[in-house]
Amino acid sequence: MKIALGPLLYYWSRQQTLDFYAQVAESPADIVYLGETVCSRRHELRAEDWLEVAAMLKAAGKEAVLSSQSLIESESDLKALRRVVAQDEFRVEANDMSAVQLLTKAGRRDWIAGPTLNIFNPQTLSMLAEAGATRWMAPPEMSGAVLAELLASGAPAIETEVLAWGRLPLAHSARCFTARHYNLQKDTCEFRCLGMKDGLVLRTREGEAFLTLNGVQTQSARVHNLLGDLPKLRETAQVLRVSPQGDDTVRVLELFRDAVAGKLSPQDAFGQSKALMVEAPCNGFWHGRPGVEQYVSA
Amino acid sequence: MTSNTKIELVCPAGSLPALKTAVDHGADCVYLGFKDATNARNFTGLNFDAKAMTEGVRYAHDRKRKVLVALNTYPQAGNWSGWTAAVDRAADLGIDAIIVADPGLMAYAQKKHPQLRLHLSVQGSATTYEAINFYAERFGVQRAVLPRVLSLPQVQHVIANTQVEIEVFGFGGLCVMVEGRCALSAYATGESPNCNGACSPGKHVRWEQTPKGMETRLNGILIDRFDDGERAGYPTLCKGRFDVNGETYYAIEEPTSLNTLELLPELARAGVRAIKIEGRQRSPAYVAQVTKVWREAIDKVMRDADGFKVQPAWIAELDKVSEGRSHTLGAYYRPWK
Repeated sequence: MKIALGPLLYYWSRQQTLDFYAQVAESPADIVYLGETVCSRRHELRAEDWLEVAAMLKAAGKEAVLSSQSLIESESDLKALRRVVAQDEFRVEANDMSAVQLLTKAGRRDWIAGPTLNIFNPQTLSMLAEAGATRWMAPPEMSGAVLAELLASGAPAIETEVLAWGRLPLAHSARCFTARHYNLQKDTCEFRCLGMKDGLVLRTREGEAFLTLNGVQTQSARVHNLLGDLPKLRETAQVLRVSPQGDDTVRVLELFRDAVAGKLSPQDAFGQSKALMVEAPCNGFWHGRPGVEQYVSA
Repeated sequence: MTSNTKIELVCPAGSLPALKTAVDHGADCVYLGFKDATNARNFTGLNFDAKAMTEGVRYAHDRKRKVLVALNTYPQAGNWSGWTAAVDRAADLGIDAIIVADPGLMAYAQKKHPQLRLHLSVQGSATTYEAINFYAERFGVQRAVLPRVLSLPQVQHVIANTQVEIEVFGFGGLCVMVEGRCALSAYATGESPNCNGACSPGKHVRWEQTPKGMETRLNGILIDRFDDGERAGYPTLCKGRFDVNGETYYAIEEPTSLNTLELLPELARAGVRAIKIEGRQRSPAYVAQVTKVWREAIDKVMRDADGFKVQPAWIAELDKVSEGRSHTLGAYYRPWK
């Protein structure tokens, strides 16, 4: 079972980002997804910088993957996507059908079908595998039972990846909610999300942390944590994804390594992870329940 | 493209009376769904069984109007046959096109019913001509409905770069998130537009008068609280008031409706082929009012795009049936973003 680090979803300063990936190079992550997937206005790292980070991680023995932007609106977004597809040193994670179209036109046969492609059945997965996908990530809202059923129903033999740690990516919009919070428009946002290491927490009027505003992306406030669900995860997934967070990401990767290797029981791993979460845990999606719930099987 | 390209008016029908009303008031097409999770308005008391759909198709076709069937949720391995059966049923009823989001289901429809016209649903999240061309080349999709995330120049750019007909939303409830990629409702309630055809479903809603005001909850989560003088709205998750950094406000979007009447000449010039009215969950009275206004407006634009003026009476009529009694241009207008 491999451990992957998902793309950095927040906007950190250039130095923070480079320092982070220098640590990741020393971490137990087998696969590292790179690149700006949330907002095209974010530019602390340019395309060539991401390629340098990818090369550094590759030299450290990691599989580096370039992730494509999830919501593509403009021709300049497409231009950036074409650059990602044009390089052939690294595999690409397709997070929109635009990327699938460009990758298939380029004859690539090694890409990853990302979590926003809405792959809910083996028919769709087979179509993408025929088009060149060699790994796919289940939509975070998919339950373990539905995933198992998909895989048992004539799915192609490509790697399956599941989001196992991090705030859930719940939605993307054309609107920037961080800019809106500061009464700014997206086009003149003053990059207010820069340096918010874990985004901006949205609470109900009763003070309960509910969602996280991360620019045009909305995440859960709670941390989706499947460490305690490892036994079932093993039956379906070959790759577990950890989503980067402001602090302790490498510690989280180490916990996953120890739990996957059997050095820690799932219960102990989950227990130790409590100190590493920015909010309460949740795992409802995996159990076919509201994602916000923390479900403990009897 | 010239402004003479015909724009079809595509109206919602949540019931047979709504379908007839839409046809009677000038809809070119009506769109509807079966009474199950195969469509994105899977609400109690809504939608069509086979008998009602047969009658609806006859009513529309007798009057030379089209019927589009929305099969725009994502089937899974365990319920796959329910969706393919729905495609077969729709094809057998002689409808004019199905509106589909799932690629697997498109492949099925293309193979089984090669003559059946395919429209890419807004739930397919295709925001670029590259994505739209993917669906056209793979499955022969002939029309795509654009998510409500593009500005007007971006819509024009898509149209200029694809042979696929483009349909856009003109009026009605406003999804702030990219359609097909929103799991907010699933997160709060376990039911999502993608898999269950429902957002913020009624069975999870609770209204409660408290000393602090009228509270609306979704699966126990407080979405909003209203003072005595305020009109309490339905707790759609993204349209509640929340607290961010100590400030309480509509952090995602106000309760408001999309209304693009004033953009109609530009949409026509851009070559938009159809305008969609949202609201299969709304009453026949809503359908009548909205269809009537948009029929009149589209006819005016087709005759004389340059001389087109939005009439105050139209806006007044539409605001009466708008969420929060107000309207917005949404993402078509860049500063909204």
